[in-house]
Amino acid sequence: MVLSKTASESDVSVHSTFASRYVRHSLPRSKMGENSIPKDAAYQIINDELMLDGNPRLNLASFVTTWMEPECNKLMMDSINKNYVDMDEYPVTTDLQNRCVNIIANLFNAPLEEGEAGVGVGTVGSSEAIMLAGLAFKRKWQNKRRAEGKPFDKPNIVTGANVQVCWEKFANYFEVELKEVKLREGYYVMDPVKAVELVDENTICVAAILGSTLNGEFEDVKLLNDLLLEKNKITGWDTSIHVDAASGGFIAPFLYPELEWDFRLPLVKSINVSGHKYGLVYAGIGWIIWRNKEDLPEELIFHINYLGADQPTFTLNFSKGSSQIIAQYYQLIRLGYEGYKNIMENCHENAMVLKEGLESTGRFNIVSKDNGVPLVAFSLKDNLRYNEFEISDMLKRFGWIVPAYTMPPDAQHITVLRVVIRQDFSRTLAERLVIDINKVIKQLDALPMKSLLIKVELSGEEKPKRTPLEIQKDITDTWKKFVMAKKPKLVC
Amino acid sequence: MCPIYGEIVSKKRKLQEEERENIKRRNKRQRMVIATTITDSSEELHSTFASRYARTSLPKFMMPEQPISKDAAYQIINDELMLDGNPRLNLASFVTTWMEPECDKLIMSSLNKNYVDMDEYPVTTELQNRCVNMIAHLFHAPVRVDETAIGVGTVGSSEAIMLAGLAFKRKWQARRKSQGKPCDNPNIVTGANVQVCWEKFARYFEVELKEVKLKKGYYIMDPVKAVDMVDENTICIAAILGSTLTGEFEDVTLLDELLMKKNKETGWETPIHVDAASGGFIAPFVYPELEWDFRLPLVKSINVSGHKYGLVYPGVGWVVWRSKDDLPEDLVFHINYLGSDQPTFTLNFSKGSSQIIAQYYQFIRLGFEGYKNIMETCLANARVLKDGLEKMGRFEIISKDVGVPLVAFSLRNSSKHTVFEISESLRRYGWIVPAYTMPPDAEEVAVLRAVIREDFSRSLAERLASDIEKVLKQIETLPPRISARAALLTGSVNDFPEDKTVAMGDFEKSVKESQGEVTKESRNVGRKKVSGVCIMPSGN
Repeated sequence: MVLSKTASESDVSVHSTFASRYVRHSLPRSKMGENSIPKDAAYQIINDELMLDGNPRLNLASFVTTWMEPECNKLMMDSINKNYVDMDEYPVTTDLQNRCVNIIANLFNAPLEEGEAGVGVGTVGSSEAIMLAGLAFKRKWQNKRRAEGKPFDKPNIVTGANVQVCWEKFANYFEVELKEVKLREGYYVMDPVKAVELVDENTICVAAILGSTLNGEFEDVKLLNDLLLEKNKITGWDTSIHVDAASGGFIAPFLYPELEWDFRLPLVKSINVSGHKYGLVYAGIGWIIWRNKEDLPEELIFHINYLGADQPTFTLNFSKGSSQIIAQYYQLIRLGYEGYKNIMENCHENAMVLKEGLESTGRFNIVSKDNGVPLVAFSLKDNLRYNEFEISDMLKRFGWIVPAYTMPPDAQHITVLRVVIRQDFSRTLAERLVIDINKVIKQLDALPMKSLLIKVELSGEEKPKRTPLEIQKDITDTWKKFVMAKKPKLVC
Repeated sequence: MCPIYGEIVSKKRKLQEEERENIKRRNKRQRMVIATTITDSSEELHSTFASRYARTSLPKFMMPEQPISKDAAYQIINDELMLDGNPRLNLASFVTTWMEPECDKLIMSSLNKNYVDMDEYPVTTELQNRCVNMIAHLFHAPVRVDETAIGVGTVGSSEAIMLAGLAFKRKWQARRKSQGKPCDNPNIVTGANVQVCWEKFARYFEVELKEVKLKKGYYIMDPVKAVDMVDENTICIAAILGSTLTGEFEDVTLLDELLMKKNKETGWETPIHVDAASGGFIAPFVYPELEWDFRLPLVKSINVSGHKYGLVYPGVGWVVWRSKDDLPEDLVFHINYLGSDQPTFTLNFSKGSSQIIAQYYQFIRLGFEGYKNIMETCLANARVLKDGLEKMGRFEIISKDVGVPLVAFSLRNSSKHTVFEISESLRRYGWIVPAYTMPPDAEEVAVLRAVIREDFSRSLAERLASDIEKVLKQIETLPPRISARAALLTGSVNDFPEDKTVAMGDFEKSVKESQGEVTKESRNVGRKKVSGVCIMPSGN
């Protein structure tokens, strides 16, 4: 009895992982296991289960960086146990963060004197950045209204209906009304004229998007600025603009340096940008930059002591790793202006390759614009036999993750497929994707109409004679239920 | 466009363009000459330190025009980072600095996985849900084994606390609205020993923070006083399991009893939140009998830092709710996850998934037994350090034996030397041991605090004790003048520039006077809780 027990215990170290008892037992799911298991077994089990996750490199749904140079991986791994918030203990890391803020503020043409530090902060992502920016606008507006002796309990914010879900979150959590400018077919960004019409005395800011998540288009911030200036002059309000440049902030300065969307426009008071999108760093970094100190109410800032000097901080998170900050600095100095420019040009070119490939199939309408964030959004010219969701599904079998989704309200009968072109999506991959899409179309063409009919039945009341448009609408509606609230997801 | 501003910008752009032109011209010129070919190739042939990158200074305000080679970029950044403190020797922080190499491997391979893409990475989402379930069970949430617990992974306890606070606020608002009572003056009751993120929550979400004051010798929230402060506008009382100052557990059982009584009398339904950031992974293993969690009926939510005694690198926290009813539905955003509905409630969106995976690794690798052994070892090592300090006869131990494994100690006699000097001197040996003053009403007490983490072994504990003894001997030999000056300098480091100049100017003051000044300054720091938090970035 005793002997056999010793033997079974020794088997842990003697036998191979797959010969051990750990691969035979099911893993604890809702309660912690009573006993420890060897580290190789734990590694192997988790690693193997994770094989069933999608491959991040083939995930064309996301803007978020999935590849970095091995040198940078090394830097990141070395600093993974460094807590970003311990500024006193890790002064160099803090300094690197400040340098990144300065570099980005200058890239966005913040009105800084030579050697003057930019006002901004590194965040976990654009969500945190947007909440901080929104909070600053809200507090500034409250202070102003209070000073004027006017009520300040009904703030609102004006955006396009194409905004990312985090604006909705901000509005919900911080109790600000969200006024959305509706979209219409063929025009999927915020209309500056309509936006300015929605502005009233309770508007804390207008949020414009540089690189709409739906089709990558840049909104016309310059026009918005001009219209708003005029309205401010007439009404005496001083409504300002926030630019959500999560995806476009690292595109526009390199590809379209002449485009005025940033602090060159006087009403733009703050800009957020995702370091983990075209800033070319792995998930977990965003930036928020204010025009100058006055745009960030002092009462929101917590001061901490950093090497004897005062380090103001404004964040929603506290402890977090510093790897992403260090990686961002690596990219900025390693690539320089030229490096970023080359990468963005490559992305744009590969997007064009893909676009032309899709056009040559003759089956798709291209919804995205050539100017903007490098992505290709396209919908079927004829989705009677099969629709975009089926194509997305079929592509998964080839390994590609290409999401399909419906447009926001007022353009919701349109369904599109979206491919985001990241730096690691080379021309070869672009060509390969076109080939695979062609294969998918052929396969779908060969299928009988059956699957379609079932879906029509599913969608409810079957009327005898319906126009193709009605059928199409039905299908879209059914699928909409499937992807209900897909909105938060596709943005990533 | 405002003319002055336009001018500045156009001038600046012009300058930038000129600079770029110049560089381009320079490069072109170099490219034309044969010599450049050699310089260019030399970058690959020669060692990093022979390249021009080791000679030029790094850009601090502008992006450089040209790329530099990746080895050079790596080397330059790596070398500058050598000047950061060594995380392993940072005894200021609870945050994990060591994990098993196997787990490092898992983390590295999932660095590029976005946690928020739940549809694309279903297994990662599943692992997160399993972690939530395990923690909920550990905290005795009233859920059946097959039921999913209500909770979410966060970036840290800060996000967790904001989410929990927001849920309390929204619930309170809904109740008040349904009663037809005003809901514009919410408040929250905590001890003055709370971490700064509670202050942040209060300020950012417009909730009044009512702090229960501390007193000398009692550095946690007094449940009786806390319940006294509760009124109809109180959204919740936040109790701390493992105060950042002394590691002590607050008496949640007593708080629950008192509050129950008050709720019965008044008809209010004030709930309790437990901030178990540091104690949540200590108490269940070392003090399983202690009732502080969902076993108490008024405890509605608990947050815990995965990156403290959850034994994962920084970037993961958890908040768990008692039941579905405690999380107002209107705060939850629903996203589609594998055709099924995945509710989410977070302030952040995209982030890495490494930490979630690492947390699951620790749970299944260590199990209950492993966590228990590690926590017991930490407490044993804390006792070794404590005994070593007591033996010196110079320190008073402020931390308690029961609680989070840390040793907080102050000088019995700080008329000649202060704890700030000791902290400063210890840095020379490589140790980062923060010194800080207590919050208001106990602010005359200044303490040193060493946090005992898993990777702080007995030999390190003994080494630290002997280094502290050495430091004591050294500063003893310093003449009082310099000692006073040093005290001033260390004191002023913690303060604002104006105070610094005052302090620096008065070198001639008597030791006693200077001492007073130092304490006063540190007191300022204490009052400015924020900087206090930095000196002991314990925080999250």
